[in-house]
Amino acid sequence: MQIKALAVSALVAAMIAGCGTSAKEEPAAAAATAPAEPPKLLTGASAAMLASTCEGCHGDNGVSNGPATPSIAGMSAYYFAEAMAEFAAEDTKTTIMTRIAKGYSEEEIQAMATYFAKQKPASANQETKTSLAMKGANLHEEYCSECHADGGKDVSEDAGLLAGQWMPYLRNTLADYRSGERLGGKKMLKKVEEVVDAHGEEGIEALVNYYGGQRL
Amino acid sequence: MSKLNRRDFLKFSGGALGAAAAATGLYIPMANAASSRVVVVGGGMGGATAARYVKMADPSIDVTLVESNPTYHTCFMSNLVIGHEKELGYLAHGYDGLKGEGIKIVMDTVTAIEDNTVVTKGGQRLGFDRCIVSPGVDFKYVEGHDATVAHNSITHAWKAGHQTQVLRDQLGAMRDGGTVIICPPRNPFRCPPGPYERASLIANYLKNAGKRKSKILILDPKKKFSKFGLFREGWKNHYGFNPEQNGGSTSMIEWINSENGGSISAVDARNMSVTAENGIHKGDVINVIPDQKAGKIATVAGLTDDSGWCPIDLHTFESSMRKNIHVIGDASIAKGMPKSGYAASSQAKVCAASVVALLRGDTPGVPSYVNTCYSVISTQPKDGISVAAVYRLNGDKSKIESVSGGLTPGGENRNEVMRDREVDYALSWYENITANTFAD
Repeated sequence: MQIKALAVSALVAAMIAGCGTSAKEEPAAAAATAPAEPPKLLTGASAAMLASTCEGCHGDNGVSNGPATPSIAGMSAYYFAEAMAEFAAEDTKTTIMTRIAKGYSEEEIQAMATYFAKQKPASANQETKTSLAMKGANLHEEYCSECHADGGKDVSEDAGLLAGQWMPYLRNTLADYRSGERLGGKKMLKKVEEVVDAHGEEGIEALVNYYGGQRL
Repeated sequence: MSKLNRRDFLKFSGGALGAAAAATGLYIPMANAASSRVVVVGGGMGGATAARYVKMADPSIDVTLVESNPTYHTCFMSNLVIGHEKELGYLAHGYDGLKGEGIKIVMDTVTAIEDNTVVTKGGQRLGFDRCIVSPGVDFKYVEGHDATVAHNSITHAWKAGHQTQVLRDQLGAMRDGGTVIICPPRNPFRCPPGPYERASLIANYLKNAGKRKSKILILDPKKKFSKFGLFREGWKNHYGFNPEQNGGSTSMIEWINSENGGSISAVDARNMSVTAENGIHKGDVINVIPDQKAGKIATVAGLTDDSGWCPIDLHTFESSMRKNIHVIGDASIAKGMPKSGYAASSQAKVCAASVVALLRGDTPGVPSYVNTCYSVISTQPKDGISVAAVYRLNGDKSKIESVSGGLTPGGENRNEVMRDREVDYALSWYENITANTFAD
């Protein structure tokens, strides 16, 4: 509960500070020199400062070198902000992101989302199985392409960047949609179930290999 | 791997100015810091990251990194090497990546930091406008223990490298039924969960190598330790530990805390024994992690206070003892943050932004800090745990306060799927944090 209160107060503070802020008046300094008592916690870090806190785990500019950790470069700002909101609300079960997402205000998350949306994505350096990837291409067309256009490269609206993403991450995420640990709307669950019903576990592996092998 | 976007990072140091630039997409030119010189002392997690982020923020700044060793072995993940899960080479990182980004690398040992000049053993004099010192830790050995003994027999292995390999080999050669003694240090020290992850991964190795009759005795000068409940639950689940007895006859791990005489006063390398308050213990393999203080150069340079650590401004990491010199990482008194590799990296980024701003005559921007720390309890089955936190500087700049975070759930909230994944996340984290630090 404390955490929610903080996020709201931080957001409010950031909004107040944001009104008519000139180049030389940074929010913290302005508040510190005001006659009112200083803020409990400093807010108003720049987008790049905030983004630098992500890069230790998600890689330089959000391009991950670690197979279980997703690249976040080039994903849509909408998707980024939605994912963070779901982590913070624990609608999507994760390990550390559930704990970390609660530490940033909505405005800060928006700043990070905009920052990473501008970064150039890069395909994960990994080996895929050609036969599975070929099958996956067909499954993609049949089940996924309506929302994940252009072979999973399209990031408009709420579509995540699937093309060139790390396969272990894709595998975990699809498993989470199936088990209900990750919210993706009813459609995501339905589509994953349709793939499994018609093609079994191999269907999932085919999609994972297809997206994992897409070059950006 | 992509290079960090330098132009965007310039917004980093501008605080509200940077935020405004980011929001509007405008590029606002700032005062030129050309010909400014930054010398970074120490090429570990803090130092390497600081050098990299200063250079990225402003390529015109002349950045020199001084480090004694051509190869750095990360302390984090070294327990996987000791536990025979990884080879020593896994931990090794060089400085070619940083060199490729325009940072001057000087392989030498710093012997003094004069006003505006770093002096090395090799006779170099490196002038600076701002100096960033990331010296890591130094050790306070008990009687009978010193650097030579640690090198040859009773290791500390708390700086990874040679001793990591020695400890690993000692465990490999140990008979089934042997005793491993681990002596963790008093607070504060580098990597608070480290000694307990070490006990876990040594038990993991002994169990999987068919040496299940062996014992691990932890002689601890503390009453509690990091991730206390999670480690003890993990030891119970994997290694027969009975929490009520702090061990028990079926347990591979026995923990003797300060209340039961776990504090040690001496070691004897010839007899392979440790003197604790509750008596003398003989071990087949002994690992003593000494109490710690800031790395030697910090004391030599007058950056430490009576505690042996370095007081700093929590916003800029500038030393409270000397102007224009910043101290980051384990050696600094970063009130509120633990002494971890990720904390050092996060502090380095905040410090780098501040240093660039100060060199330009700007006010440093608002900082944001983070820490993530994984521990592996078992590899068969995979059982990983973590602690994470997001921090903000408080208004009077007296503390870096955790505003969210926490531990992997245990007990009835334990989730086996997530425990399995946390090991994968730990390994992925390693790839990213090291590349983010060494550009390799």
